[in-house]
Amino acid sequence: MSAVLESRAQGPTLRQRLAARGIDGATLLVLPCVALILGLFIYPFLYGLVLSFQPKDGSLFGNYARFFSDPFLYGTIFKTLRLAFPVTLLNLLIAIPIAFRVRLLRRQRLLTTLLVLPITLGTVLVAEGMLFYFGPQGWFNRILMAVGLLSHPVSVLNGYWGVFISLVLTGFPFTFLLTLSYVTGIDPSLENAAATLGAGPAARFREVFLPLLVPGLAITFCLSFVQAYSVLPSAVLVGDPANATRVISIAAYQAAFEEYDYSMASAIAMIMGAVQLLVVVAVLGCRSLFYRGPAAGAKG
Amino acid sequence: MQKSFLSRLWIFAVWAVIGLFLVNLMGLIASVLTSSVATRWLGTWLPAGFTTRWYFAAWDEFQLGDVLWVTFQAVGAVVVLSGLLGVPAAYALARREFPAKRAVMLLLLLPLLVPPITYGIPLATVLYKAGLGGTLTGVILANLVPTVPFVVLVMIPFIEQIDPRTEAAARVFGANIFQMFVHVLVPMLMPGVLAALLLVLVRTIGMFELTFLVSGPGSQTLVVALYYAVFASGVRAVQSIDAMAVIYMATTLVWLIVALRFVNPTQIVGRGKRPAA
Repeated sequence: MSAVLESRAQGPTLRQRLAARGIDGATLLVLPCVALILGLFIYPFLYGLVLSFQPKDGSLFGNYARFFSDPFLYGTIFKTLRLAFPVTLLNLLIAIPIAFRVRLLRRQRLLTTLLVLPITLGTVLVAEGMLFYFGPQGWFNRILMAVGLLSHPVSVLNGYWGVFISLVLTGFPFTFLLTLSYVTGIDPSLENAAATLGAGPAARFREVFLPLLVPGLAITFCLSFVQAYSVLPSAVLVGDPANATRVISIAAYQAAFEEYDYSMASAIAMIMGAVQLLVVVAVLGCRSLFYRGPAAGAKG
Repeated sequence: MQKSFLSRLWIFAVWAVIGLFLVNLMGLIASVLTSSVATRWLGTWLPAGFTTRWYFAAWDEFQLGDVLWVTFQAVGAVVVLSGLLGVPAAYALARREFPAKRAVMLLLLLPLLVPPITYGIPLATVLYKAGLGGTLTGVILANLVPTVPFVVLVMIPFIEQIDPRTEAAARVFGANIFQMFVHVLVPMLMPGVLAALLLVLVRTIGMFELTFLVSGPGSQTLVVALYYAVFASGVRAVQSIDAMAVIYMATTLVWLIVALRFVNPTQIVGRGKRPAA
Protein backbone atom coordinates (compact mmCIF):
# COMPACT_ATOMS: atom_id res chain seq x y z
CA MET A 1 0.00 0.00 0.00
CA SER A 2 2.79 2.39 0.90
CA ALA A 3 4.52 1.54 -2.39
CA VAL A 4 1.42 2.57 -4.30
CA LEU A 5 1.25 5.85 -2.44
CA GLU A 6 4.95 6.46 -3.04
CA SER A 7 4.68 5.90 -6.75
CA ARG A 8 1.68 8.17 -6.91
CA ALA A 9 3.76 10.88 -5.33
CA GLN A 10 6.50 10.40 -7.93
CA GLY A 11 4.10 10.30 -10.87
CA PRO A 12 2.91 7.22 -12.79
CA THR A 13 5.36 4.35 -13.28
CA LEU A 14 6.06 2.87 -16.70
CA ARG A 15 3.72 0.05 -15.90
CA GLN A 16 0.90 2.42 -15.02
CA ARG A 17 1.51 4.55 -18.09
CA LEU A 18 1.34 1.45 -20.29
CA ALA A 19 -1.79 0.28 -18.51
CA ALA A 20 -3.42 3.62 -19.21
CA ARG A 21 -2.89 2.94 -22.92
CA GLY A 22 -4.41 -0.53 -22.56
CA ILE A 23 -1.19 -2.53 -22.37
CA ASP A 24 -0.91 -4.85 -19.36
CA GLY A 25 -0.38 -8.54 -18.62
CA ALA A 26 -3.66 -9.49 -20.29
CA THR A 27 -2.85 -7.63 -23.48
CA LEU A 28 0.35 -9.63 -23.84
CA LEU A 29 -1.78 -12.77 -24.24
CA VAL A 30 -2.20 -11.74 -27.85
CA LEU A 31 1.53 -12.08 -28.53
CA PRO A 32 1.89 -15.88 -29.09
CA CYS A 33 -0.94 -15.74 -31.59
CA VAL A 34 0.58 -12.77 -33.41
CA ALA A 35 3.99 -14.50 -33.44
CA LEU A 36 2.43 -17.61 -34.99
CA ILE A 37 0.78 -15.66 -37.81
CA LEU A 38 3.92 -13.59 -38.42
CA GLY A 39 6.08 -16.72 -38.55
CA LEU A 40 3.81 -19.06 -40.49
CA PHE A 41 1.82 -16.67 -42.65
CA ILE A 42 3.53 -13.31 -43.16
CA TYR A 43 7.11 -14.61 -43.34
CA PRO A 44 6.34 -17.39 -45.88
CA PHE A 45 4.27 -14.91 -47.87
CA LEU A 46 7.14 -12.41 -48.07
CA TYR A 47 9.55 -15.25 -48.78
CA GLY A 48 7.30 -16.39 -51.62
CA LEU A 49 7.04 -12.84 -52.92
CA VAL A 50 10.84 -12.46 -53.03
CA LEU A 51 11.21 -15.94 -54.54
CA SER A 52 8.72 -15.06 -57.27
CA PHE A 53 11.08 -12.32 -58.47
CA GLN A 54 13.98 -14.77 -58.84
CA PRO A 55 12.92 -16.89 -61.82
CA LYS A 56 15.06 -19.51 -63.51
CA ASP A 57 15.92 -17.16 -66.37
CA GLY A 58 17.33 -14.62 -63.95
CA SER A 59 15.25 -11.56 -64.84
CA LEU A 60 13.21 -9.72 -62.23
CA PHE A 61 9.74 -10.01 -63.72
CA GLY A 62 10.38 -13.17 -65.76
CA ASN A 63 7.72 -15.27 -64.03
CA TYR A 64 5.07 -12.59 -64.24
CA ALA A 65 5.90 -11.87 -67.88
CA ARG A 66 5.62 -15.57 -68.65
CA PHE A 67 2.32 -15.87 -66.81
CA PHE A 68 0.65 -12.95 -68.53
CA SER A 69 1.92 -13.80 -72.01
CA ASP A 70 0.80 -17.44 -71.99
CA PRO A 71 -2.96 -17.81 -72.51
CA PHE A 72 -2.81 -21.31 -71.04
CA LEU A 73 -1.60 -19.70 -67.80
CA TYR A 74 -3.44 -16.39 -67.60
CA GLY A 75 -6.62 -18.04 -68.82
CA THR A 76 -6.75 -19.93 -65.51
CA ILE A 77 -7.67 -16.69 -63.73
CA PHE A 78 -10.88 -16.33 -65.75
CA LYS A 79 -11.66 -20.03 -65.54
CA THR A 80 -11.40 -19.81 -61.76
CA LEU A 81 -13.52 -16.66 -61.55
CA ARG A 82 -16.10 -18.11 -63.94
CA LEU A 83 -16.56 -20.96 -61.46
CA ALA A 84 -16.16 -19.17 -58.15
CA PHE A 85 -18.39 -16.13 -58.79
CA PRO A 86 -21.58 -17.90 -59.93
CA VAL A 87 -21.16 -20.62 -57.29
CA THR A 88 -20.77 -18.11 -54.46
CA LEU A 89 -23.70 -15.98 -55.70
CA LEU A 90 -25.96 -19.01 -56.13
CA ASN A 91 -25.08 -20.33 -52.66
CA LEU A 92 -25.83 -16.95 -51.13
CA LEU A 93 -29.09 -16.54 -53.09
CA ILE A 94 -30.34 -19.96 -51.95
CA ALA A 95 -29.08 -19.50 -48.41
CA ILE A 96 -30.95 -16.22 -47.75
CA PRO A 97 -34.56 -17.40 -48.33
CA ILE A 98 -33.84 -20.74 -46.63
CA ALA A 99 -32.32 -18.98 -43.62
CA PHE A 100 -35.42 -16.75 -43.39
CA ARG A 101 -37.67 -19.83 -43.47
CA VAL A 102 -35.57 -21.79 -40.96
CA ARG A 103 -35.58 -18.78 -38.62
CA LEU A 104 -39.35 -19.12 -38.23
CA LEU A 105 -39.27 -22.83 -37.42
CA ARG A 106 -39.55 -23.94 -33.84
CA ARG A 107 -37.58 -27.14 -34.32
CA GLN A 108 -34.75 -25.95 -36.53
CA ARG A 109 -32.06 -28.30 -35.31
CA LEU A 110 -32.88 -31.34 -37.45
CA LEU A 111 -33.27 -29.36 -40.67
CA THR A 112 -30.11 -27.36 -39.93
CA THR A 113 -28.15 -30.55 -39.31
CA LEU A 114 -29.41 -32.04 -42.58
CA LEU A 115 -28.55 -28.93 -44.55
CA VAL A 116 -25.07 -28.76 -42.99
CA LEU A 117 -24.43 -32.47 -43.59
CA PRO A 118 -22.27 -31.99 -46.74
CA ILE A 119 -19.53 -30.46 -44.54
CA THR A 120 -18.80 -33.98 -43.36
CA LEU A 121 -18.62 -35.55 -46.79
CA GLY A 122 -15.29 -34.32 -48.04
CA THR A 123 -14.55 -33.60 -51.68
CA VAL A 124 -13.68 -37.18 -52.47
CA LEU A 125 -16.96 -38.63 -51.28
CA VAL A 126 -18.84 -35.90 -53.14
CA ALA A 127 -16.82 -36.66 -56.27
CA GLU A 128 -17.37 -40.41 -55.97
CA GLY A 129 -21.03 -39.88 -55.18
CA MET A 130 -21.45 -37.63 -58.19
CA LEU A 131 -19.77 -40.18 -60.46
CA PHE A 132 -22.33 -42.76 -59.32
CA TYR A 133 -25.42 -40.65 -58.83
CA PHE A 134 -25.18 -38.39 -61.89
CA GLY A 135 -23.49 -41.00 -64.10
CA PRO A 136 -25.27 -42.35 -67.18
CA GLN A 137 -26.43 -45.41 -65.20
CA GLY A 138 -26.94 -43.48 -61.96
CA TRP A 139 -30.14 -43.02 -60.04
CA PHE A 140 -30.52 -39.38 -61.14
CA ASN A 141 -30.76 -40.24 -64.82
CA ARG A 142 -32.68 -43.46 -64.19
CA ILE A 143 -35.37 -41.72 -62.18
CA LEU A 144 -35.77 -38.83 -64.62
CA MET A 145 -36.00 -41.31 -67.48
CA ALA A 146 -38.47 -43.53 -65.63
CA VAL A 147 -40.69 -40.51 -64.97
CA GLY A 148 -40.35 -39.50 -68.59
CA LEU A 149 -38.58 -36.17 -68.11
CA LEU A 150 -35.54 -37.32 -70.08
CA SER A 151 -35.31 -39.42 -73.20
CA HIS A 152 -31.60 -40.17 -72.88
CA PRO A 153 -29.14 -39.73 -69.97
CA VAL A 154 -27.59 -36.28 -69.50
CA SER A 155 -24.01 -36.00 -68.39
CA VAL A 156 -22.86 -33.30 -66.00
CA LEU A 157 -19.55 -34.92 -65.20
CA ASN A 158 -16.02 -34.18 -66.34
CA GLY A 159 -16.60 -30.56 -67.12
CA TYR A 160 -17.70 -27.18 -65.85
CA TRP A 161 -21.05 -28.31 -64.43
CA GLY A 162 -19.56 -31.21 -62.52
CA VAL A 163 -17.26 -28.88 -60.60
CA PHE A 164 -20.08 -26.34 -60.27
CA ILE A 165 -22.42 -28.85 -58.62
CA SER A 166 -19.66 -30.18 -56.40
CA LEU A 167 -18.82 -26.64 -55.23
CA VAL A 168 -22.46 -25.82 -54.54
CA LEU A 169 -22.84 -29.00 -52.50
CA THR A 170 -19.72 -28.45 -50.41
CA GLY A 171 -20.00 -24.67 -50.18
CA PHE A 172 -23.67 -24.29 -49.37
CA PRO A 173 -23.55 -25.54 -45.73
CA PHE A 174 -20.92 -23.00 -44.79
CA THR A 175 -22.71 -20.11 -46.54
CA PHE A 176 -25.98 -21.19 -44.96
CA LEU A 177 -24.57 -21.38 -41.41
CA LEU A 178 -23.10 -17.89 -41.63
CA THR A 179 -26.22 -16.41 -43.25
CA LEU A 180 -28.46 -18.06 -40.65
CA SER A 181 -26.47 -16.61 -37.79
CA TYR A 182 -26.63 -13.13 -39.31
CA VAL A 183 -30.37 -13.42 -40.06
CA THR A 184 -31.20 -14.55 -36.54
CA GLY A 185 -29.03 -11.74 -35.17
CA ILE A 186 -31.61 -9.18 -36.30
CA ASP A 187 -34.01 -8.09 -33.59
CA PRO A 188 -37.51 -9.46 -34.45
CA SER A 189 -39.12 -6.34 -32.99
CA LEU A 190 -37.81 -4.36 -35.98
CA GLU A 191 -39.85 -6.61 -38.26
CA ASN A 192 -42.90 -6.33 -36.01
CA ALA A 193 -42.63 -2.56 -36.10
CA ALA A 194 -42.52 -2.55 -39.90
CA ALA A 195 -45.47 -4.96 -40.07
CA THR A 196 -47.50 -2.76 -37.71
CA LEU A 197 -46.86 0.17 -39.99
CA GLY A 198 -48.36 -1.83 -42.86
CA ALA A 199 -45.30 -3.11 -44.73
CA GLY A 200 -45.85 -6.37 -46.62
CA PRO A 201 -43.30 -9.22 -46.56
CA ALA A 202 -41.45 -7.98 -49.64
CA ALA A 203 -41.28 -4.42 -48.34
CA ARG A 204 -40.15 -5.63 -44.90
CA PHE A 205 -37.35 -7.59 -46.54
CA ARG A 206 -36.30 -4.73 -48.81
CA GLU A 207 -36.57 -1.87 -46.34
CA VAL A 208 -35.70 -3.50 -43.01
CA PHE A 209 -33.77 -6.73 -43.39
CA LEU A 210 -31.68 -6.12 -46.46
CA PRO A 211 -29.95 -2.95 -45.23
CA LEU A 212 -29.20 -4.62 -41.88
CA LEU A 213 -27.98 -7.81 -43.55
CA VAL A 214 -25.68 -6.30 -46.16
CA PRO A 215 -22.55 -6.13 -43.94
CA GLY A 216 -22.97 -9.76 -42.84
CA LEU A 217 -23.74 -10.90 -46.37
CA ALA A 218 -20.63 -9.13 -47.66
CA ILE A 219 -18.47 -11.04 -45.17
CA THR A 220 -20.29 -14.29 -45.97
CA PHE A 221 -19.70 -13.67 -49.66
CA CYS A 222 -15.98 -13.12 -49.08
CA LEU A 223 -15.50 -16.22 -46.94
CA SER A 224 -17.54 -18.43 -49.30
CA PHE A 225 -15.68 -17.00 -52.26
CA VAL A 226 -12.35 -17.98 -50.69
CA GLN A 227 -13.54 -21.58 -50.49
CA ALA A 228 -14.85 -21.70 -54.04
CA TYR A 229 -11.82 -19.89 -55.40
CA SER A 230 -9.28 -22.42 -54.19
CA VAL A 231 -10.98 -25.46 -55.71
CA LEU A 232 -8.33 -28.01 -56.41
CA PRO A 233 -9.54 -31.53 -55.64
CA SER A 234 -12.97 -31.24 -57.23
CA ALA A 235 -11.60 -29.51 -60.34
CA VAL A 236 -9.38 -32.55 -60.81
CA LEU A 237 -11.80 -35.29 -59.79
CA VAL A 238 -15.11 -34.30 -61.39
CA GLY A 239 -13.90 -31.61 -63.76
CA ASP A 240 -11.88 -31.38 -66.90
CA PRO A 241 -8.51 -30.35 -65.39
CA ALA A 242 -6.82 -30.00 -68.78
CA ASN A 243 -9.27 -27.53 -70.31
CA ALA A 244 -12.56 -26.20 -69.00
CA THR A 245 -11.74 -26.43 -65.29
CA ARG A 246 -7.99 -25.81 -65.35
CA VAL A 247 -8.25 -23.45 -62.41
CA ILE A 248 -5.38 -21.34 -61.13
CA SER A 249 -4.65 -23.63 -58.18
CA ILE A 250 -3.95 -26.47 -60.64
CA ALA A 251 -1.46 -24.24 -62.47
CA ALA A 252 0.24 -23.36 -59.17
CA TYR A 253 0.32 -26.97 -58.02
CA GLN A 254 1.78 -28.19 -61.33
CA ALA A 255 4.49 -25.52 -61.26
CA ALA A 256 5.49 -26.45 -57.71
CA PHE A 257 5.19 -30.22 -57.57
CA GLU A 258 5.42 -31.37 -61.19
CA GLU A 259 7.95 -28.91 -62.64
CA TYR A 260 9.63 -28.21 -59.26
CA ASP A 261 9.79 -24.52 -60.22
CA TYR A 262 9.06 -23.02 -56.82
CA SER A 263 9.78 -19.53 -58.10
CA MET A 264 7.06 -19.81 -60.77
CA ALA A 265 4.72 -21.49 -58.29
CA SER A 266 5.20 -18.62 -55.86
CA ALA A 267 4.52 -16.11 -58.63
CA ILE A 268 1.25 -17.88 -59.49
CA ALA A 269 0.34 -18.04 -55.79
CA MET A 270 0.97 -14.28 -55.49
CA ILE A 271 -1.20 -13.56 -58.55
CA MET A 272 -3.88 -15.82 -57.10
CA GLY A 273 -3.78 -13.99 -53.77
CA ALA A 274 -3.84 -10.59 -55.47
CA VAL A 275 -6.94 -11.44 -57.55
CA GLN A 276 -8.63 -12.85 -54.46
CA LEU A 277 -7.85 -9.77 -52.36
CA LEU A 278 -9.07 -7.47 -55.15
CA VAL A 279 -12.44 -9.23 -55.07
CA VAL A 280 -12.59 -9.01 -51.26
CA VAL A 281 -11.70 -5.31 -51.28
CA ALA A 282 -14.29 -4.62 -53.99
CA VAL A 283 -17.03 -6.46 -52.08
CA LEU A 284 -16.20 -4.83 -48.75
CA GLY A 285 -15.94 -1.46 -50.52
CA CYS A 286 -19.49 -1.85 -51.86
CA ARG A 287 -20.62 -2.69 -48.34
CA SER A 288 -19.61 0.74 -47.08
CA LEU A 289 -22.26 2.26 -49.40
CA PHE A 290 -24.91 0.73 -47.15
CA TYR A 291 -26.14 1.31 -43.62
CA ARG A 292 -23.70 0.48 -40.84
CA GLY A 293 -24.93 0.23 -37.32
CA PRO A 294 -26.47 -2.07 -34.74
CA ALA A 295 -28.86 -4.72 -36.01
CA ALA A 296 -29.78 -6.15 -32.62
CA GLY A 297 -31.86 -3.31 -31.19
CA ALA A 298 -30.96 -0.51 -28.81
CA LYS A 299 -30.28 -2.72 -25.80
CA GLY A 300 -27.67 -4.91 -27.56
CA MET B 1 -53.83 -13.10 -41.00
CA GLN B 2 -54.80 -14.35 -44.47
CA LYS B 3 -51.76 -15.17 -46.52
CA SER B 4 -51.84 -14.02 -50.10
CA PHE B 5 -51.47 -16.43 -53.00
CA LEU B 6 -48.07 -15.00 -53.87
CA SER B 7 -46.62 -15.46 -50.40
CA ARG B 8 -47.88 -19.07 -50.32
CA LEU B 9 -46.29 -19.67 -53.68
CA TRP B 10 -43.02 -18.23 -52.34
CA ILE B 11 -43.09 -20.45 -49.25
CA PHE B 12 -43.77 -23.46 -51.47
CA ALA B 13 -40.86 -22.50 -53.73
CA VAL B 14 -38.45 -22.24 -50.78
CA TRP B 15 -39.51 -25.65 -49.45
CA ALA B 16 -39.20 -27.08 -52.96
CA VAL B 17 -35.58 -25.88 -53.16
CA ILE B 18 -34.83 -27.35 -49.72
CA GLY B 19 -36.46 -30.62 -50.77
CA LEU B 20 -34.60 -30.78 -54.07
CA PHE B 21 -31.28 -30.15 -52.34
CA LEU B 22 -31.88 -32.80 -49.69
CA VAL B 23 -33.23 -35.45 -52.10
CA ASN B 24 -30.22 -35.15 -54.40
CA LEU B 25 -27.83 -35.04 -51.44
CA MET B 26 -29.33 -38.21 -49.99
CA GLY B 27 -29.24 -39.88 -53.40
CA LEU B 28 -25.57 -39.05 -53.69
CA ILE B 29 -24.70 -40.35 -50.22
CA ALA B 30 -26.85 -43.45 -50.72
CA SER B 31 -25.06 -44.17 -54.02
CA VAL B 32 -21.68 -44.27 -52.28
CA LEU B 33 -23.05 -46.27 -49.35
CA THR B 34 -24.65 -48.80 -51.69
CA SER B 35 -21.53 -49.10 -53.79
CA SER B 36 -19.37 -49.67 -50.73
CA VAL B 37 -21.36 -52.80 -49.84
CA ALA B 38 -22.00 -53.99 -53.41
CA THR B 39 -20.59 -57.15 -54.94
CA ARG B 40 -21.08 -56.08 -58.54
CA TRP B 41 -23.05 -53.05 -59.71
CA LEU B 42 -23.26 -52.37 -63.42
CA GLY B 43 -26.20 -50.82 -65.20
CA THR B 44 -28.94 -51.83 -62.80
CA TRP B 45 -31.03 -50.09 -60.14
CA LEU B 46 -29.45 -52.08 -57.33
CA PRO B 47 -26.27 -54.16 -57.15
CA ALA B 48 -26.29 -57.91 -57.72
CA GLY B 49 -25.47 -58.69 -54.10
CA PHE B 50 -24.21 -57.22 -50.86
CA THR B 51 -20.98 -57.79 -48.97
CA THR B 52 -18.88 -56.16 -46.27
CA ARG B 53 -15.54 -57.32 -47.62
CA TRP B 54 -14.64 -53.93 -49.18
CA TYR B 55 -14.32 -52.44 -45.73
CA PHE B 56 -11.76 -55.06 -44.74
CA ALA B 57 -10.05 -54.64 -48.11
CA ALA B 58 -9.87 -50.86 -47.67
CA TRP B 59 -8.50 -51.25 -44.16
CA ASP B 60 -5.62 -53.41 -45.43
CA GLU B 61 -4.93 -51.75 -48.79
CA PHE B 62 -4.73 -48.22 -47.54
CA GLN B 63 -3.15 -48.98 -44.15
CA LEU B 64 -6.13 -47.22 -42.68
CA GLY B 65 -5.02 -47.98 -39.14
CA ASP B 66 -1.86 -45.90 -39.66
CA VAL B 67 -3.66 -43.17 -41.59
CA LEU B 68 -6.31 -42.84 -38.89
CA TRP B 69 -3.64 -42.67 -36.18
CA VAL B 70 -1.80 -39.88 -38.06
CA THR B 71 -5.08 -38.04 -38.59
CA PHE B 72 -5.94 -38.41 -34.92
CA GLN B 73 -2.54 -37.10 -33.79
CA ALA B 74 -2.50 -34.17 -36.22
CA VAL B 75 -6.08 -33.11 -35.55
CA GLY B 76 -5.69 -33.52 -31.77
CA ALA B 77 -2.56 -31.38 -31.69
CA VAL B 78 -4.15 -28.70 -33.88
CA VAL B 79 -7.27 -28.56 -31.70
CA VAL B 80 -5.32 -28.30 -28.41
CA LEU B 81 -2.78 -25.77 -29.70
CA SER B 82 -5.32 -23.54 -31.41
CA GLY B 83 -7.34 -23.49 -28.18
CA LEU B 84 -4.29 -22.63 -26.05
CA LEU B 85 -3.16 -19.88 -28.43
CA GLY B 86 -6.52 -18.62 -29.62
CA VAL B 87 -8.62 -18.27 -26.46
CA PRO B 88 -6.17 -16.02 -24.50
CA ALA B 89 -5.63 -13.87 -27.59
CA ALA B 90 -9.40 -13.54 -28.02
CA TYR B 91 -9.64 -12.46 -24.38
CA ALA B 92 -7.05 -9.71 -24.88
CA LEU B 93 -8.78 -8.50 -28.05
CA ALA B 94 -12.25 -8.56 -26.50
CA ARG B 95 -11.34 -6.77 -23.28
CA ARG B 96 -8.47 -4.37 -23.95
CA GLU B 97 -8.12 -1.31 -26.14
CA PHE B 98 -4.51 -0.96 -27.23
CA PRO B 99 -2.77 0.99 -29.98
CA ALA B 100 -2.10 -1.79 -32.50
CA LYS B 101 -5.46 -3.53 -32.03
CA ARG B 102 -6.77 -2.83 -35.53
CA ALA B 103 -3.52 -4.06 -37.06
CA VAL B 104 -3.71 -7.27 -35.01
CA MET B 105 -7.32 -7.85 -36.10
CA LEU B 106 -6.35 -7.37 -39.75
CA LEU B 107 -3.40 -9.73 -39.28
CA LEU B 108 -5.79 -12.38 -37.96
CA LEU B 109 -8.33 -11.84 -40.74
CA LEU B 110 -5.82 -12.22 -43.56
CA PRO B 111 -5.28 -15.99 -43.33
CA LEU B 112 -9.07 -16.43 -43.54
CA LEU B 113 -9.40 -14.15 -46.56
CA VAL B 114 -6.67 -15.78 -48.63
CA PRO B 115 -7.22 -19.27 -50.08
CA PRO B 116 -5.13 -21.99 -48.38
CA ILE B 117 -3.43 -22.93 -51.66
CA THR B 118 -2.09 -19.38 -52.02
CA TYR B 119 -0.21 -19.28 -48.73
CA GLY B 120 0.17 -23.05 -48.65
CA ILE B 121 2.69 -23.10 -51.50
CA PRO B 122 5.14 -20.55 -49.98
CA LEU B 123 4.52 -22.06 -46.53
CA ALA B 124 5.35 -25.53 -47.83
CA THR B 125 8.51 -24.16 -49.45
CA VAL B 126 9.61 -22.57 -46.15
CA LEU B 127 8.74 -25.70 -44.15
CA TYR B 128 10.69 -27.93 -46.54
CA LYS B 129 13.69 -25.59 -46.26
CA ALA B 130 13.43 -25.81 -42.46
CA GLY B 131 13.39 -29.60 -42.68
CA LEU B 132 9.80 -29.82 -41.48
CA GLY B 133 8.25 -30.64 -44.86
CA GLY B 134 6.69 -34.06 -45.00
CA THR B 135 6.65 -34.42 -41.22
CA LEU B 136 3.76 -34.53 -38.81
CA THR B 137 5.07 -31.34 -37.13
CA GLY B 138 4.92 -29.57 -40.47
CA VAL B 139 1.33 -30.70 -41.04
CA ILE B 140 0.34 -29.48 -37.57
CA LEU B 141 2.07 -26.09 -38.01
CA ALA B 142 0.49 -25.52 -41.43
CA ASN B 143 -2.98 -26.33 -40.11
CA LEU B 144 -2.59 -23.87 -37.23
CA VAL B 145 -2.47 -20.94 -39.69
CA PRO B 146 -6.21 -20.89 -40.46
CA THR B 147 -7.46 -22.44 -37.21
CA VAL B 148 -5.93 -20.08 -34.63
CA PRO B 149 -7.48 -16.93 -36.21
CA PHE B 150 -10.73 -18.88 -36.58
CA VAL B 151 -10.80 -19.64 -32.84
CA VAL B 152 -9.98 -16.01 -31.98
CA LEU B 153 -12.73 -14.60 -34.20
CA VAL B 154 -15.34 -17.09 -32.96
CA MET B 155 -14.40 -16.55 -29.30
CA ILE B 156 -14.44 -12.72 -29.27
CA PRO B 157 -18.27 -12.41 -29.26
CA PHE B 158 -18.52 -15.16 -26.61
CA ILE B 159 -16.13 -13.28 -24.32
CA GLU B 160 -17.91 -9.98 -24.94
CA GLN B 161 -21.11 -11.59 -23.65
CA ILE B 162 -19.56 -12.09 -20.21
CA ASP B 163 -20.04 -9.22 -17.79
CA PRO B 164 -16.59 -7.68 -17.05
CA ARG B 165 -17.73 -7.12 -13.45
CA THR B 166 -17.40 -10.89 -12.87
CA GLU B 167 -13.70 -10.63 -13.61
CA ALA B 168 -13.38 -7.45 -11.57
CA ALA B 169 -14.96 -9.25 -8.62
CA ALA B 170 -12.45 -12.10 -8.94
CA ARG B 171 -9.59 -9.61 -9.02
CA VAL B 172 -10.93 -7.77 -5.96
CA PHE B 173 -10.97 -11.06 -4.05
CA GLY B 174 -7.27 -11.44 -4.81
CA ALA B 175 -7.16 -13.75 -7.81
CA ASN B 176 -4.27 -13.12 -10.18
CA ILE B 177 -4.89 -13.19 -13.90
CA PHE B 178 -4.00 -16.89 -14.20
CA GLN B 179 -6.32 -17.91 -11.35
CA MET B 180 -9.04 -15.68 -12.75
CA PHE B 181 -8.67 -17.42 -16.13
CA VAL B 182 -8.77 -20.94 -14.74
CA HIS B 183 -11.47 -20.51 -12.09
CA VAL B 184 -13.76 -17.85 -13.58
CA LEU B 185 -13.36 -17.35 -17.30
CA VAL B 186 -12.73 -20.87 -18.58
CA PRO B 187 -15.76 -22.41 -16.85
CA MET B 188 -18.00 -19.61 -18.12
CA LEU B 189 -16.55 -19.82 -21.61
CA MET B 190 -16.62 -23.61 -21.81
CA PRO B 191 -19.61 -23.87 -24.19
CA GLY B 192 -18.02 -21.35 -26.54
CA VAL B 193 -14.59 -22.98 -26.34
CA LEU B 194 -16.06 -26.42 -27.01
CA ALA B 195 -18.03 -25.10 -29.95
CA ALA B 196 -15.02 -23.36 -31.48
CA LEU B 197 -12.75 -26.35 -30.96
CA LEU B 198 -15.26 -28.83 -32.37
CA LEU B 199 -15.57 -26.68 -35.48
CA VAL B 200 -11.76 -26.58 -35.67
CA LEU B 201 -11.82 -30.37 -35.41
CA VAL B 202 -14.28 -30.78 -38.29
CA ARG B 203 -12.40 -28.20 -40.37
CA THR B 204 -9.02 -29.81 -39.76
CA ILE B 205 -10.20 -33.32 -40.59
CA GLY B 206 -11.50 -31.90 -43.86
CA MET B 207 -8.58 -29.53 -44.57
CA PHE B 208 -7.25 -30.85 -47.83
CA GLU B 209 -5.02 -28.21 -49.42
CA LEU B 210 -2.58 -27.44 -46.58
CA THR B 211 -2.09 -31.06 -45.57
CA PHE B 212 -1.78 -32.05 -49.22
CA LEU B 213 1.02 -29.51 -49.83
CA VAL B 214 2.96 -30.18 -46.62
CA SER B 215 2.51 -33.88 -45.88
CA GLY B 216 4.86 -36.66 -46.91
CA PRO B 217 4.35 -40.41 -47.19
CA GLY B 218 4.18 -40.98 -43.42
CA SER B 219 2.18 -37.90 -42.52
CA GLN B 220 -0.92 -38.09 -44.71
CA THR B 221 -4.25 -37.52 -43.10
CA LEU B 222 -7.40 -39.30 -44.18
CA VAL B 223 -8.51 -36.68 -46.77
CA VAL B 224 -5.15 -36.69 -48.51
CA ALA B 225 -4.82 -40.47 -48.48
CA LEU B 226 -8.31 -40.65 -49.94
CA TYR B 227 -7.44 -38.18 -52.69
CA TYR B 228 -4.36 -40.16 -53.68
CA ALA B 229 -6.42 -43.35 -53.66
CA VAL B 230 -8.86 -41.86 -56.19
CA PHE B 231 -6.24 -40.00 -58.21
CA ALA B 232 -4.02 -43.04 -58.57
CA SER B 233 -6.86 -45.53 -58.88
CA GLY B 234 -7.01 -48.23 -61.48
CA VAL B 235 -5.30 -50.91 -59.47
CA ARG B 236 -7.82 -50.60 -56.67
CA ALA B 237 -11.46 -51.57 -56.65
CA VAL B 238 -13.80 -48.59 -56.71
CA GLN B 239 -15.77 -50.19 -53.91
CA SER B 240 -12.88 -50.14 -51.47
CA ILE B 241 -12.33 -46.42 -52.17
CA ASP B 242 -16.04 -45.94 -51.49
CA ALA B 243 -15.70 -47.87 -48.26
CA MET B 244 -12.88 -45.53 -47.24
CA ALA B 245 -14.96 -42.48 -48.15
CA VAL B 246 -17.77 -43.83 -45.96
CA ILE B 247 -15.33 -44.29 -43.07
CA TYR B 248 -14.21 -40.68 -43.58
CA MET B 249 -17.78 -39.41 -43.56
CA ALA B 250 -18.60 -41.36 -40.41
CA THR B 251 -15.59 -39.91 -38.54
CA THR B 252 -16.51 -36.30 -39.36
CA LEU B 253 -20.25 -36.80 -39.01
CA VAL B 254 -19.93 -37.92 -35.39
CA TRP B 255 -18.00 -34.77 -34.49
CA LEU B 256 -20.30 -32.47 -36.42
CA ILE B 257 -23.36 -33.83 -34.61
CA VAL B 258 -21.57 -33.43 -31.26
CA ALA B 259 -20.67 -29.85 -32.28
CA LEU B 260 -24.25 -29.01 -33.21
CA ARG B 261 -25.48 -30.34 -29.86
CA PHE B 262 -23.22 -27.94 -28.00
CA VAL B 263 -23.56 -24.90 -30.18
CA ASN B 264 -26.60 -23.31 -31.65
CA PRO B 265 -25.53 -22.51 -35.21
CA THR B 266 -27.23 -19.15 -34.87
CA GLN B 267 -24.65 -18.16 -32.28
CA ILE B 268 -21.57 -18.69 -34.40
CA VAL B 269 -21.35 -15.02 -35.26
CA GLY B 270 -23.41 -14.29 -32.15
CA ARG B 271 -23.93 -10.77 -30.96
CA GLY B 272 -24.91 -11.49 -27.42
CA LYS B 273 -28.50 -10.44 -27.96
CA ARG B 274 -30.00 -13.39 -26.13
CA PRO B 275 -29.36 -14.43 -22.55
CA ALA B 276 -27.28 -17.59 -22.58
CA ALA B 277 -29.64 -20.53 -23.00
